Amino acid sequence: MTDMPVGERRQLAPPVDDSGVLGWIRRNLFSSWANGLTTIVLVLAMGWVLSWFLEWAVFTANFTASTGAECRGQGACWALIREKYRYIFFGSFPYEQHWRPLFAVIAMLAMLILSADRRMWNWRLIVIWGVGSFVTFLLMFGQLHLPLSLVLFIAMVVGASGMSLRKGIGSPTEILAYRVAAAVGLVGLVLRIVGVLPGWSLAIAPLPYVETGLWGGIPVTIILATYGLAFAFPYGILLALGRRSNLPLIKGLCVGFIELIRGVPLISLLIMASVMLPLFLPSGVTFDKFLRAQVAVILFAGAYIAEIIRGGLQSLPKGQFEAADAMGLNYVQKTGLIILPQALRVVIPPLINTFIGFFKDTSLVLIIGIFDFLNTANQALVDPNWAGFPGEVYLFAAFVYFIFCYSMSRYSKYLEYELNKGTRR
Amino acid sequence: MAVQAVGSTGRVRVAPWNDPVIRGWVFQIVVVGLVGLLAWYLVSNTMENLQRQKIASGFHYLEREAGFEIGDTMIAYSPASTYARAIFVGLLNTLKVAVIGIILSTILGTLIGVGRLSSNWLLARICEWYVEAFRNVPLLLWLFLFYKLISEAFPGPRQAISMLWNTVFLSNRGLYFPVPMTDPIHAWMGLALLIGIAGAWVLHRWARKRQDATGQPFPSILAGFGVALGLPLLVWLLGGAPHHMSWPELKGFNFDGGTVIQPEFTALLVGLVLYTSAFVAEIVRSGILALHKGQSEAAAALGLSRGQSMRLVLLPQALRVIVPPMTSQYLNITKNSSLAIAIGYPDLVASINVTINQTGQAIENVLLIMAAYLSVSLSISAFMNWYNKRIALRER
Repeated sequence: MTDMPVGERRQLAPPVDDSGVLGWIRRNLFSSWANGLTTIVLVLAMGWVLSWFLEWAVFTANFTASTGAECRGQGACWALIREKYRYIFFGSFPYEQHWRPLFAVIAMLAMLILSADRRMWNWRLIVIWGVGSFVTFLLMFGQLHLPLSLVLFIAMVVGASGMSLRKGIGSPTEILAYRVAAAVGLVGLVLRIVGVLPGWSLAIAPLPYVETGLWGGIPVTIILATYGLAFAFPYGILLALGRRSNLPLIKGLCVGFIELIRGVPLISLLIMASVMLPLFLPSGVTFDKFLRAQVAVILFAGAYIAEIIRGGLQSLPKGQFEAADAMGLNYVQKTGLIILPQALRVVIPPLINTFIGFFKDTSLVLIIGIFDFLNTANQALVDPNWAGFPGEVYLFAAFVYFIFCYSMSRYSKYLEYELNKGTRR
Repeated sequence: MAVQAVGSTGRVRVAPWNDPVIRGWVFQIVVVGLVGLLAWYLVSNTMENLQRQKIASGFHYLEREAGFEIGDTMIAYSPASTYARAIFVGLLNTLKVAVIGIILSTILGTLIGVGRLSSNWLLARICEWYVEAFRNVPLLLWLFLFYKLISEAFPGPRQAISMLWNTVFLSNRGLYFPVPMTDPIHAWMGLALLIGIAGAWVLHRWARKRQDATGQPFPSILAGFGVALGLPLLVWLLGGAPHHMSWPELKGFNFDGGTVIQPEFTALLVGLVLYTSAFVAEIVRSGILALHKGQSEAAAALGLSRGQSMRLVLLPQALRVIVPPMTSQYLNITKNSSLAIAIGYPDLVASINVTINQTGQAIENVLLIMAAYLSVSLSISAFMNWYNKRIALRER
């Protein structure tokens, strides 16, 4: 064509305009007959559903009624939410003290949001969780008793992990300090168990005490999910390492535990925690119901997290293990300094997805009578003055759950994108 | 010199406390000992507590009379039946929900997953919103919502919505519809169906062999359906085509006759299917996206039709990516069906929970729950692993 004289070039029809709004609509909604028909049917169906929903939820809705009777025969009764939202969010926590769960929730959210920042993924994380947890539980309980045995236990763990992690790396004084800490912790704990040391505890009691039986609503849901994951995480790491270990007895124990937990529903674990745990303990020792549910969630979460971390461990090339061995690192150093930092990096996005799952699954604790967010929403329906509006309350609760879970899943997507930057073409 | 020394002995001689093998065994024995100690402590506490509270142990209670009603039973059951039978009825209900739920959520999930990849922007967005809405809200909340909507928004039996010329009734007691009267011919029809399915399978094998040998295709799927469904129909016609129906009728405060799908079952099934299909949709979508574009182009270049290229080229490859995560979704449905207890559907956990409350024998019952779910989960895993192996890429 190019060698034709200018005047004789055939004039082609201009291509169909696929730029601008019209072009976009043509490309994405009416690219073929079937496509156009689908679009029209969907628009009509959506228009019908949306107009019905808006009519119910907005135009004929009642926002101001003072009893359920005033709402009858109208659209949505949002006045019910207005009346009950404090109970739905905070449960039976003493009414004039509601600021405490509110600030506890803010503290936990701040803790979670700060942990989401990659610049904090170092020693700062420990500080954030330490301070955040202290503030949260101080506000929720009102009084905290830090027992001596907890301090001794922390000293023992820090000392022992320091001893093996810094072996051959740290200066002699540093190693000595770890040894002293581990020894003091171990000896102290043994003395405490034998009964030589008295049960000293440090009491911090600025506020009136509120027992866990009165806790309810959104703080319970967040605590169960967050601390379920926080405690299940180290536990899951141990299980995953055990499953990958070449020591047959350890491997057998870990595989058995993981498969048992993953094979049964969470409800059966919760029922077990509520009816069987009291039988397991010596007579006279009672166990808080909330704590029992938390233990069940931790055991459950541990097995699932172990499987995710195992995926991360398997994704590492064998050379990493061999190189660590060749450098003369011991098992703890090899695992803590070489393997886990790489393996965990891979599994952070699926871990967040698991966390979303636990956040939703904590709603199951209502079956053993704990007042989590879904249960308080459920209880709000029991009031005979406001009977007959389940849709409003459940939609409201669904909306709150959605905000939490959706923002976490967005974060997980973003993180996956960020962490893969190095390997993406 | 040192190298020689190592080479000659084959293994370095080290002190026993530095030998990794000895260390490993010591470590294992210590850990197993600690776990055993913990187990012994718990068991001894339990024995003591059971004796003190005078709770019987053992599984003898299973033969005693259960004494409680079960709303939905697939086999004959009355309060005079034994606990064992009550628990078995619960297990059957769990399996019923799980099987129907797996089938329906696979179909719905596949449709939505394919819909998310549609070239129609609006359809793709609607499917995306569906997935986000159902994935990000607890299943239990959906179950409560559907159950309350069915039991409170639908009218009572007297004002039931009647459909299809007064044969099907929808009310807050469930969906009533007519069924054929039981007839001895039904057993023979069931047998004919089984023979028909076997015949369809043989036909399919023969058709495939012939196509491999001669290249001649045979519509084996259509013919297979014909054989599987036609045989029972033939038996029914030969048996004189008995067509007496049991019609639902309003008697007093509720319907009588026909059969009913109860609101608890409907809410549980709808909730499970809608929730799980959102996850299935994501699995299907990622399975299809994992395929290289060249596969569909190559299939088109070979002259295969769209249906053929989907069935013969794309789907077998996508299935390899889809089947392992799908297995865990099927296991999830089975385990999540235990949420039935929250809305009062009598599944395994619900009937065992009543048994625990009546007999006080918590340990035996919790063991029963775990054993039942473990065996169901392991069977599903075994089946899916077998299927996965069958469709896996055959490498050298």
